[in-house]
Amino acid sequence: MSKRIDVEHLNVYYGDFLAVEDVNINIDSRSVTAFIGPSGCGKSTFLRTLNRMHEVIPGAYAKGKVMLDGEDLYGKGVDPVTVRSMVGMVFQRPNPFPTMSIRDNVLAGVKLNNKKISRSAADELVESSLKGANLWNEVKDRLDKPGSGLSGGQQQRLCIARTMAVKPDVVLMDEPCSALDPISTIAIEDLIHELKEQFTVVIVTHNMQQAQRVADKTAFFNIEGTGKPGKLVEFDETATIFQNPKQKATEDYVSGRFG
Amino acid sequence: MSTNLSDQEQKQAGEKPASALADAASAGGRAGDKIFSGLSLGAGIVIFLTLAAVAIFLTWQASPVIEIPADEVSGGNGFLSYVYPLILGTLMAAIIALLIATPVGILVALYISHYAPAKVAKPVGYVIDLLAAIPSVVYGAWGITVLSPALAPFYNWLANNLGFIPLFQGPASATGRTMMTAGIVLSIMILPIITSMSREIFVQTPKLHEEASLALGATRLEMIRQAVLPFARTGIVSAIMLALGRALGETMAVALVLSTGGLQWSLIRSGNNTIAAEIALNYPEAFGDRLAELIAAGLMLFVITLIVNFIARAIIARYKEFSGAN
Ligand SMILES: Nc1ncnc2c1ncn2[C@@H]1O[C@H](COP(=O)(O)OP(=O)(O)O)[C@@H](O)[C@H]1O
Ligand SMILES: [Mg+2]
Repeated sequence: MSKRIDVEHLNVYYGDFLAVEDVNINIDSRSVTAFIGPSGCGKSTFLRTLNRMHEVIPGAYAKGKVMLDGEDLYGKGVDPVTVRSMVGMVFQRPNPFPTMSIRDNVLAGVKLNNKKISRSAADELVESSLKGANLWNEVKDRLDKPGSGLSGGQQQRLCIARTMAVKPDVVLMDEPCSALDPISTIAIEDLIHELKEQFTVVIVTHNMQQAQRVADKTAFFNIEGTGKPGKLVEFDETATIFQNPKQKATEDYVSGRFG
Repeated sequence: MSTNLSDQEQKQAGEKPASALADAASAGGRAGDKIFSGLSLGAGIVIFLTLAAVAIFLTWQASPVIEIPADEVSGGNGFLSYVYPLILGTLMAAIIALLIATPVGILVALYISHYAPAKVAKPVGYVIDLLAAIPSVVYGAWGITVLSPALAPFYNWLANNLGFIPLFQGPASATGRTMMTAGIVLSIMILPIITSMSREIFVQTPKLHEEASLALGATRLEMIRQAVLPFARTGIVSAIMLALGRALGETMAVALVLSTGGLQWSLIRSGNNTIAAEIALNYPEAFGDRLAELIAAGLMLFVITLIVNFIARAIIARYKEFSGAN
């Protein structure tokens, strides 16, 4: 399953501080969308509001609407726990659970909420998720070894497998390659191409080449100065953003004339 | 380890003294390294020697026990039958204390670290730490004057309703000065150790792993089970061991609270005794063979503590591969 995301007039606050102002964006299902922009412009903050992970930070809250196929994630009676099982997230630094084996890491999300799963169904899910994350061949002989023994790139793919195993509708990625070497980065980028056949993928990236390699559409966020809120400046086809942007700020940023 | 390092560095320094790399700054750093590794080695040796000295002293002072005829030992049946009720009593008190303090301590620590708003967490943590600063005599006095009488009716009830369980066999002590009361007092004394050590570890759980769990759709409780507790496991074991050490060795509280006597499986009748309390109560008047007996009992306590620590190490080592330290 894969769902579209529609955001209307979203403002995000850290206490009194308005970090992201009035974002409106429509993200198609089965597509890859990249968020680019200078550091501190609120990409991570905004991304986290798409699965309510910002609520983990004390004092952080959002106002506005985020709709997943028309259903408001912030509607009355919506449990953030449910939201997060529909909208998965991969973080900047690979974070497999160090005390769990590779196999248990893949199953970590599946076993939540007291869900019982048969041994054979679990085996199948582990295999399909690891295959989906292009990791199966590298780890199939050591599924019972700790996940923390893998290389950084492998760990990140393990985290992607863990997210996929929950069968979310959307996968959010916050700079998933910034802690990885170039070879591992290519592996993850290849994977992102495959992921969009099943999921709606949103990726924050610092790397503009990466945005051009993986994203169908790109959103450029900007900030006018410190203490000012970040804003969505332009959102369009990736090719348009990089070759023919409508906004001056976007052009300055993608051509490297920024700051 | 530290000695190896300094050996290596000495060699390197000796081989190429004129190297451009061996400038003044790094030479100073090396001297610092050497001094530090020397100091830490020294500290290690001091601790080891102290421990060895204690063991040797105890063994030497206790050795006459072997030669005392069985009928001259307290109780009249040899040292072993004198000491084993004390060992069991010691373990009973410590186990009761741990059974109560471990879950309570961990829950309170989790509440402070992951549930309470900062405004509440601070004072609660502070009060718990204060508990550790109260001298054990005060606990003992409180145990006799307040807790024991308060619990006596409850023990009566236990004897009447659950008396078929050997641990609650009646008739219950009228004063309430029982093994159970002693264990409860001990549990309150060791609560701060478990709570503050666990809390310290819980708050160190990497945000990374907490968020990993939450992002998979975990509730807060599930996140705690998935990310916090596994991370804290070895730390919790250490906290429990430290607490157990205190419970095993605690003298005053038990000596004051417990109305001592022979071995007794019922926890709500008077009777039983612990090694530490036995020593504290009898040491002042003891001399000759009696003194050797008490010291030998102390040696037993020393051995129990060592065994407990080895078990703890073994538990920790079993999880090493999955500790996240690699
Ligand atoms: N936990 C937080 N508490 C308070 N302010 C924060 C927090 N995280 C981020 N911010 C602020 O929000 C703004 C956006 O940050 P962020 O979303 O991390 O930017 P980006 O991911 O684009 O680099 C910054 O001004 C940052 O200082
Ligand atoms: Mg960021």
